[in-house]
Amino acid sequence: MTATNGTYLIRGAAILGGEAEDLLIRDGSIAERGTGLSADDATVIEAAGLVALPGMVDVHTHLREPGREDAETVETGTRAAALGGFTAVHAMANSNPVADTAGVVEQVHSLGRASGWVDVRPVGAVTVGLAGEQLAELGAMADSRAQVRMFSDDGICVHDPVLMRRALEYVKAFDGVVAQHAQEPRLTAGAQMNEGAVSAVLGLTGWPAVAEESIIARDVLLAQHVGSRLHVCHVSTAGSVEIIRWAKERGINVTAEVTPHHLLLTDELVRSYDPVFKVNPPLRTNDDVQALRAGLADGTIDVVGTDHAPHPSEHKECEWAQAAMGMTGLETALSVVQETMVETGLMTWADFARVTSTSPAAIGRLTDQGRPLEAGEPANLILVDPAARWTVDPHKMATMGRNSPFKGKELPGTVVATFFKGHPTVLDGQLNTPYRYPGTAGNGNTRASGN
Amino acid sequence: MKHLLSTEDLSSHNAIRILDTAEEMSAVGDREVKKLPALRGRTVVNLFFEDSTRTRISFEAAAKRLSADVINFAAKGSSVSKGESLKDTAQTLAAMGADAVVIRHWASGAPHRLAATDWIDAAVVNAGDGTHEHPTQALLDAFTMRRHWSTLKGTASTGADLRGMRVAIVGDVLHSRVARSNVWLLRTLGAEVTLVAPPTLLPIGVEHWPCKVSYNLDETLEDGVDAMMMLRVQGERMNASFFPSTREYSRRWGFDDARLRALDDLGLKDTIIMHPGPMNRGLEISSAAADSPRSTVLAQVRNGVSVRMAALYLLLSGDTREAAPTSGPAPSNAAPSNTARSTTAHSNKESN
Repeated sequence: MTATNGTYLIRGAAILGGEAEDLLIRDGSIAERGTGLSADDATVIEAAGLVALPGMVDVHTHLREPGREDAETVETGTRAAALGGFTAVHAMANSNPVADTAGVVEQVHSLGRASGWVDVRPVGAVTVGLAGEQLAELGAMADSRAQVRMFSDDGICVHDPVLMRRALEYVKAFDGVVAQHAQEPRLTAGAQMNEGAVSAVLGLTGWPAVAEESIIARDVLLAQHVGSRLHVCHVSTAGSVEIIRWAKERGINVTAEVTPHHLLLTDELVRSYDPVFKVNPPLRTNDDVQALRAGLADGTIDVVGTDHAPHPSEHKECEWAQAAMGMTGLETALSVVQETMVETGLMTWADFARVTSTSPAAIGRLTDQGRPLEAGEPANLILVDPAARWTVDPHKMATMGRNSPFKGKELPGTVVATFFKGHPTVLDGQLNTPYRYPGTAGNGNTRASGN
Repeated sequence: MKHLLSTEDLSSHNAIRILDTAEEMSAVGDREVKKLPALRGRTVVNLFFEDSTRTRISFEAAAKRLSADVINFAAKGSSVSKGESLKDTAQTLAAMGADAVVIRHWASGAPHRLAATDWIDAAVVNAGDGTHEHPTQALLDAFTMRRHWSTLKGTASTGADLRGMRVAIVGDVLHSRVARSNVWLLRTLGAEVTLVAPPTLLPIGVEHWPCKVSYNLDETLEDGVDAMMMLRVQGERMNASFFPSTREYSRRWGFDDARLRALDDLGLKDTIIMHPGPMNRGLEISSAAADSPRSTVLAQVRNGVSVRMAALYLLLSGDTREAAPTSGPAPSNAAPSNTARSTTAHSNKESN
């Protein structure tokens, strides 16, 4: 199925959900866009009824390697990413060892290139060991082969206001961005779920919205004061959306992200005490869900980030309080966003491309991702069947994590094909072969074995 | 009723059924031989992840009076730090043939996990989970209140509810599984509940609960109350800024000697004073109040055994049907089709 010369003719795909056109992919780029295209040497992909979109870019992925290879590896996580329609992921820094040195980010970067399923962009830690005490060598990570531009202690809030100020200022030297996990630690000691009507009944320690909102309010003011670029990870409350809207109106350089699960699920699910619904930040109320959808639709929230967080089953098969926080998300993100944003009429497919590809690529400073589907552009793109429906089965996923909160749910939309650097990593909804970087070992035409 | 996990989802029918069965069980406690053969050959495991000698021996006495075999399993400490998970513990008990697991756990929802997973098939009784629920405590409290209320009205306890009774629950509602279970059960039984607490010790969201909320104990007394339930103040709350000092707490929310006298002055001669124990004498309740004729503290302990006997009996005896048919075809519909079938196939025994 793979053409050796890497030439593909996609016939009749609705570009960004618009008119059906053909795309000719050759040598890693989009060679032509138009109608009635032909190329004798091309593998033809009939795409009638499919939507062509730029490859999705995740600003927030936990690949777990190095350190927790029992939860996920770069290989398994990026297979999941490709199947989910991604052509780039940002690998969060909370590995073990923490990605707080040039050595670790280069390791993750190299693992990503060796896997070849997507572009793996390491995120560097803001502070040494995520300890919140001393800045990590941000410049060394920026200058490394991994070319880190996003820095985050994700999982832990940079709560010291002076340290946060310094980090925001310092990364200006290399056009970096600090991605904050907004969670005031004292207000969330021992917190287990959203604080509200449900936590009151369940007797689980509450996680107040104000713990997120107060940090965001502080950070946008800090970003304004020092003239820096701030990114807010996984916004989860209506109040946070309001604060970010206010900050943007004042011209503060802030971007924000929302996860698919916060666009669909609420804390009512915690009544089951099933830890698959335990996540940080916690699932909130329906009012929050609606505010997040509205914020994403009107541009207050810039991007969707999965916060894909695989865990071994023993970390979820236990008491709620003992369970690890996090959910998988790479292989369900497209469907959940389609369900919550496109099928509700809040967004078009062009908007979808903005929040899943163009804007996240811009935040991460990825120059060859999130590009228009035009001749001359790099061929990072996906074909989506928006009419398909499927039932989520975590055991059929490529990620090692079985902790999908969407288990058993029927969702719309499937990824039919993913092209990464002009190479089909996914075809017919199945993993094909990874892209092989020039000069690296490995046979680009070896079909992926099941894993 | 397969499990007893919470009072929030306990129907009025099942609640009254447990209380009525407990009345029968209490008669056993008055006999010379305090034993029934009802659960002979059945195994009840007391699985305690948290110390609670009182609750454990109450369940143990209840199971033994029903002739069940009792295994006490003290699994203190966190399951992860101790190495064995709740799943492994549950599967171990299942392999040993436990028919019922009475679980006390520091984590809210742990009994629900046992009941919802396929780790163990036994009946699960929640003996207190974290800050969530303690349903048998609420049932023994309701049992105690119902006897008092029926005596006052001169009616039989059996079959009765608590309609019209005014109950104040005072203290650390935020961290209290006893308060939660009582709020739901007392609502179900028709009592009027007022929670009295410092605002710091009420959960965000309490405004959705089926009860009134007050910050002022004296006003609550003046409004009239038939049962005062004082909650224990846990030691770990005392230095966590929930209230300025134990003395201030005691002055504002403790049932002290002055408030004991106030009951008389207000003409509330039949108001009882309840406490789930163990008591902090001099903090949430004065010794005079705890030892007064109004106090039901020891009756609560005694009634606890009867209520737990009733719960174990109803869960394990198999006789746990609701009064009204809830599933399957009604007998009146099924009968004709069976008859019709038997006329044509009576000689040909069906084997489905």
